[in-house]
Amino acid sequence: MAEILLRAISHSYGVARGARDRAGRRAPVYALRDVELRWRDGGAYALLGPSGCGKTTLLGIISGLIRPTRGEVLYAGKDVTDLPSRGRNIAQVFQFPVVYDTMTVGQNLAFPLRNRGLAAAEIDRRVGRIAEILELSAVLAMRATRLTADQKQVLALGRGLVRDDVAAILFDEPLTVIDPHRKWLLRRKLKEIHKQFRHTLIYVTHDQTEALTFADEVVVMQTGQVLQRGTPEELFLRPAHTYVGYFIGSPGMNVLPCEVAAGIEAGAMLARIGAHEVALPAGLDPALAGPGLELGIRPEHIAVLGEPAAGLPAVVGAVEDHGRFRIVTARLGDRPIKIRIGHAVNAPRLAAGEVVRLGFPPEHICLYRDGRIVAPVAPVAPIAPGAQGEVAA
Amino acid sequence: MIDKTRTNRAWLLILPMTVLVAFSAIVPLMTVVNYSVQDILGPNTKVYVGFEWFRKALRDPELHAAFLRQLLFSFSVLAIELPLGLGISLIMPRRGWAISASLVVLALPLLIPWNVVGTIWQIFGRPDIGAGGAALVKLGLDYNYTVNRVDAWLTVLVMDVWHWTPLVALLCYSGLRAIPHAYYQAAAIDGASPWSVFRYIQLPKLKNVLVIAVLLRFMDSFMIYTEPFVVTGGGPGNSTTFLSQFLTRLAVGQFDLGPAAAFSLIYFLFILLFCYVFYTIMNRVGQG
Repeated sequence: MAEILLRAISHSYGVARGARDRAGRRAPVYALRDVELRWRDGGAYALLGPSGCGKTTLLGIISGLIRPTRGEVLYAGKDVTDLPSRGRNIAQVFQFPVVYDTMTVGQNLAFPLRNRGLAAAEIDRRVGRIAEILELSAVLAMRATRLTADQKQVLALGRGLVRDDVAAILFDEPLTVIDPHRKWLLRRKLKEIHKQFRHTLIYVTHDQTEALTFADEVVVMQTGQVLQRGTPEELFLRPAHTYVGYFIGSPGMNVLPCEVAAGIEAGAMLARIGAHEVALPAGLDPALAGPGLELGIRPEHIAVLGEPAAGLPAVVGAVEDHGRFRIVTARLGDRPIKIRIGHAVNAPRLAAGEVVRLGFPPEHICLYRDGRIVAPVAPVAPIAPGAQGEVAA
Repeated sequence: MIDKTRTNRAWLLILPMTVLVAFSAIVPLMTVVNYSVQDILGPNTKVYVGFEWFRKALRDPELHAAFLRQLLFSFSVLAIELPLGLGISLIMPRRGWAISASLVVLALPLLIPWNVVGTIWQIFGRPDIGAGGAALVKLGLDYNYTVNRVDAWLTVLVMDVWHWTPLVALLCYSGLRAIPHAYYQAAAIDGASPWSVFRYIQLPKLKNVLVIAVLLRFMDSFMIYTEPFVVTGGGPGNSTTFLSQFLTRLAVGQFDLGPAAAFSLIYFLFILLFCYVFYTIMNRVGQG
């Protein structure tokens, strides 16, 4: 086990047809650009991003299946960039379960150890122990092809766990082909194993629920770049990039173009959205004042106000009932805005065409310029437990 | 009642296929069955002889010899072409323009008509003017396929290997390409040696195409006719007279329609039996 460090990693799969840089030369297309990441020993991480954002490439670079075009990979301070997979202490579970067809479950588990020349007695001991933990003891003598898809994934994980030298176990969307009701069980098993073994786990997914429930820390990627890394709570409350705000949460964050100006009281700031004004949290840098900013607010943080004169007027479009809550799509001026309302007893009943007054609580407002967060820059204040459940839902 | 009408209409739909199969397979086959139980003395003189021709065919020493020769030939072909084809497929390129180039080169022998293949080798092997034959003679070997039985055998065998190994290689190559990349990646992470990758990933995943290759090559080589006919004409002596050539001589050469029909049925049933047994065994192995 060791800390894994990625230093200035860029990777290109080659030159795309017709792609040219500014000077007219054939320009390589980068799947990854200048990625700097440190994976703490024993952490549970998720790499989250849409398809094609480079997360699988990044995983391949960590495991040594891909050699990066530029940059270095360090395991515990040692440069392993040029070392192939079999020379690195790494395990990986793939999207489609890989088992060796002609072998029994036990032989599958023993395979990585046999390849490394361990003594037969030691192999038996480790295989027996891991099989017990993974609940595969009963099927050890069975042909691996006869396992169900989720058992095969567990077996693939087992081939990593039998080795006691692995620096990290990598998962490349491992639940894609698993039945929905087995996914939950498998994910729980992963968490248990993480608690027990304290391996570094890096889990690639495009499913935010999977990422947020699995990981202590989530790395959000888009088009080959890391947009933000943080706890699920940080990603939810303080998205560093409007894309993170949009990608995490369902529905994603509302992002509204605005102009920031000084308020009437000394030190107070406000944001103008169209003709309306919204109070901003106290203590903002006065230098932020100016046009061309964006205001981000989560649908679950918008308040529907009772008083007719207060807040921002919005026209209700559609109301989707999700059972535990409702998603209201409204129009604020010419911009669509989503509001998430719980089913409290006194919750307002909304109908299409109705005008509602919306309140934006200042502590939940984030300001962005060119997509990057500019305020608030302070770390997230601890919040009550239970609010996290909302994030994952 | 409605269901009944529908079922009847279904018969109409399978009728064209039934007619087609009847004319292409059932009618000719039944004609052969008809011949096999009669002695045909002239266009209008036929005598029913029962299973006499079958009994005779099974006891014919010349046929036994041809049968053994055929078995030896088919198994030699399988023993050489399968490992060779598999080996070629393993070293074939995996990316770039080299894929197309190697595929075209490999497919060339398969595109040549069979009698042309025979002619090519008939000339190629000639000890006086053929590039191959003359080269062997120059090297001091006493090679002459028209006189020496072993030389004739080797020539026909090498010709078949040249002609059909590409088929096995192409089948195996397509099978190899169908193996998901994750298997190789997992093997690399598990620290597998190249031999382990072959033994535990490639070979098991190729099982199905190899079964097809064995069946195709067995059936084809067991029915081989054109190429040895062109090269050696079955000689010297009877040394390269395989079953189909023996059959042709019986039916067309001597016009013994009854015995020839009985023999073709035995021939047909043997191939069917072999393929069935082989296929069943391979399926069992897969599930065990």
